[in-house]
Amino acid sequence: MLLFVIFCPVVAAIVTMVGAPARKTALIASVLMFAATLFLLVSFDRSNHDFQYVTSLTVSPEWHLSFTTGIDGLSLVMVLLATIVTLAAVWFTGTVEKYENAFYACLLFISGGAIGAFASIDLFFFYAFHELALIPTFLLIGIWGSGNRVAAAWKITIYLAIGSFILLLGLILLYQSFPVSVRSFDIRALQAAAGLGQITAEAQRHVYLLLLIGFGILVSLFPFHTWAPEAYASAPAPAAMLHAGVLKKFGLYGLLRLAIPLLPEGARHWTNLLVVLLLGNIIYVGLVTIAQRRLDWMLGYSSVMHMGYIFLGIAGATILSTTGAVALMFAHGLAIALLFALAGELRKRTGTLVFDELGGLAKVMPFAGLAFGLGVFAAIGLPGFVNFAGEIMIFFGAFKNDWEMDRFHIFQVATVLALWGVVISTVYMLRAYRKTFMGTLSERWKDVVDLRPALRVPVALVIGGLLCYGFFPQSLVQTVTPVLRTYLTTNR
Amino acid sequence: MIVTAPELEIAVLVLGMAILLLEAFATKIDKRVLAFVALAGLALVLVASFFVAPGASTSQATGFWSFYTADRLAIFFKQFSLLTTIVVLIMMIDYAPVVRRSFPGTTPQAGLGEFFALPVFTCAGLMYLVSAIDFVFIFVSLELVTISFYVLVSFTRRNPITLEAGTKYLVLSALSTAFLVYGIAWIFGVTGETNLQRITEAMANPVIDRGAALLGLVLVLVALGFKIAAVPFQLWVPDVYQGAPTPVTAYLSVGSKAAGFIVLLRVLQPFLTLPQIQRLIVLIALLTLIYGNLAALPQANLKLLLAYSSIAHAGYLLIGVACFDAAAIGFYLTAYLLMTLLSFAVLIIVAQQTGEKIADFDGLAKRSPFLAFAMLIGMISLAGVPFTAGFLGKFFIFYAAIAQHQTALVVVGVITVGCGFYYYLKVVRAMYWQSADKSDQIPVNALSRLAISVLIIATIWLGVYPQPILDALKR
Repeated sequence: MLLFVIFCPVVAAIVTMVGAPARKTALIASVLMFAATLFLLVSFDRSNHDFQYVTSLTVSPEWHLSFTTGIDGLSLVMVLLATIVTLAAVWFTGTVEKYENAFYACLLFISGGAIGAFASIDLFFFYAFHELALIPTFLLIGIWGSGNRVAAAWKITIYLAIGSFILLLGLILLYQSFPVSVRSFDIRALQAAAGLGQITAEAQRHVYLLLLIGFGILVSLFPFHTWAPEAYASAPAPAAMLHAGVLKKFGLYGLLRLAIPLLPEGARHWTNLLVVLLLGNIIYVGLVTIAQRRLDWMLGYSSVMHMGYIFLGIAGATILSTTGAVALMFAHGLAIALLFALAGELRKRTGTLVFDELGGLAKVMPFAGLAFGLGVFAAIGLPGFVNFAGEIMIFFGAFKNDWEMDRFHIFQVATVLALWGVVISTVYMLRAYRKTFMGTLSERWKDVVDLRPALRVPVALVIGGLLCYGFFPQSLVQTVTPVLRTYLTTNR
Repeated sequence: MIVTAPELEIAVLVLGMAILLLEAFATKIDKRVLAFVALAGLALVLVASFFVAPGASTSQATGFWSFYTADRLAIFFKQFSLLTTIVVLIMMIDYAPVVRRSFPGTTPQAGLGEFFALPVFTCAGLMYLVSAIDFVFIFVSLELVTISFYVLVSFTRRNPITLEAGTKYLVLSALSTAFLVYGIAWIFGVTGETNLQRITEAMANPVIDRGAALLGLVLVLVALGFKIAAVPFQLWVPDVYQGAPTPVTAYLSVGSKAAGFIVLLRVLQPFLTLPQIQRLIVLIALLTLIYGNLAALPQANLKLLLAYSSIAHAGYLLIGVACFDAAAIGFYLTAYLLMTLLSFAVLIIVAQQTGEKIADFDGLAKRSPFLAFAMLIGMISLAGVPFTAGFLGKFFIFYAAIAQHQTALVVVGVITVGCGFYYYLKVVRAMYWQSADKSDQIPVNALSRLAISVLIIATIWLGVYPQPILDALKR
């Protein structure tokens, strides 16, 4: 079943390239993927914190390299996120003017790469699947992008290529840090070896730094974030949805999956650096976001900013804060995908996303206005959305790290500063909503029409996901926490 | 069936002579028949080579076996040379119209016979070269390769650019040969031996004059640096690669380079006790990486771009040499063979319709989705995207470098990989983003279509499942 979810998009992409009807194939594939993931979700054994649905195929015995896939609670949540966003992105695509088949194939490749990476237990394929998305992203922005698409496409591709090669060095170094007898690409084997203390503190520090920079570039950690806003602003909406919503979570997922269980000492050593950088994401990028005058750029920057909270949850390294990080990854993925989708629809109808030219659109597009409003509330972190659950867990968890009654340590200071981020995001999100949908409707937009009823399904799906887990965050927590508890308790 | 390794080369030489004789006596036939004969013969030898049992030769170090080895590495690279030659011959069939234009006035197919026969002799030279463990034999087989290339490079001799390329190759190659002989003389003077095994034993002797041996080795390195296009001996590469007939360029950049690297590995073996050697190789590797990649960035001509990228790939291979990892080099060369020949094969077909500039590839995705996809796979493999052979090649090279703590090489390597993504994706951009002036289809004949498909599948297959090559290289 899991293999089906991984290979369904890849096979569908190849079939589409060969000449099958693009939209039909892609829609069928993404609905099937979503259904299969729901099945996995239902049949998943929550009391078991090991990988489930494991299949393995040896590739190279001498390198201990095998194609091994499986999911635990952590990857299950990510796969669920990926399939929901894929379905929404494919649904929102509609007809494409040129090279329609190639467009859908690129989307499906990105989705397949992300799902493959989340479901790989083998380090090599974990890395390789993520890279599957690189060239499709380049093509999507380059061929179908808008605005300064050429520069944006080059920037994202070269940034991500260098980032992932730095990550590759980190992974190779990680592999070599283990004694020859236990070297393996299997994450479970590495974890067992790390539990026995077979990776030295010095090696952990080196590897963690490389992984932090590599993953940091992929996740747009300050100061490696400059590729993100431009790329998302130029990308066609479905590409931005998949990339900002799903693919970017790969780096965070990688840190949770590798750095926390394997490199606790390295994480401790570089905590202060990471905290300073993530405050750069929250405060500096947050202020930059307020200054944006275009909706697409603002959304791009806001997605960079929100990465800061998730990094805070990971840096906090308590069970509560890392669980919050996972919840926020899921929540942010859905919320930002929804906002990018609606921004894309606006661009289709009005041809501009400059705030000063828009306004009052809720009068002609009531449904889009409602959906955008809910997306904005989710992004701010209003209670009732899973974003709120994630953020509050992150703040409490990080604040608890190293807590003493009589004085503040770095995490307490960082949490207090990060809380201001909520104010910042309220400012820019609500302002964007006001400037786009409220106020007086300009004559130019009198004839703009609302979303077609068919497009309301994916919107409802995404908002449903946000609200569902927002009211019952416990089911998410119960899925994720056992994994993180094992990670955080065995090695310390 | 029992075959021994030397019989393979004899078979190839006989095949070459047979083709020449056929050309001389059967004057009426379509000359492309000769190419098919050569293809069939080489394919037969390739099949036979899988029945050769690899055997160490150094124990019986007398007579013929004192300068010839048939170890796994040698067998593997014999197969490598055969495969390269086969693909090059297929390209040459596509390229035949261009060659014919260069021989006006005489009979309609003049010149084609030699054009198809010479690669067979070059192949024999390459096969001898990878087995050579004696300086005298290295020299002789290297000359067999080089002299065939003198002719091949300047084959379309009416074209002034080709003539310039031929002259440059001749002069600089002769110069490097002179360095090689001089170096061999120094090493012979110091150790009294030309056999690499016995040189190793002689170098272990503490009374040996290490300075003089080092000088000899550096002179040999100059000559080999010329063959593998390492900086600062790369100056000939852009001009010769651009001027030579395109299949010959492909042959030069794959066959000649691979043989150069095998000889380099074998020649370095006795001198690993000299501490300066590794530092020297690291320095050359750094220069090659930086020069090759930076010079490739602004290229607008695809053939020139591939020339500079071949210098860049020599840099990655030199990282492997600096770490002395024969398996990593072998795998990288295999990947390099597949992706480079793939790119050249597409280039030859497209260039005859439009041209060699990157701009001539505009809108190829519309005109021929098959060729565009083939080029896409070639380019992303050269750049190093996972699930292609090129990525695993880089993976093994970087693995070796990290294991040996070669920080400088790793850092420069990653930065130059970033450059590589830019210049290779430039071609992808042209094919998929830009729109073409012309929109007619580009015809591809069945043989080329087959060869290109096989190369695509092999590139992806090795990127997912590298084990067969790793097994073949295990010593």
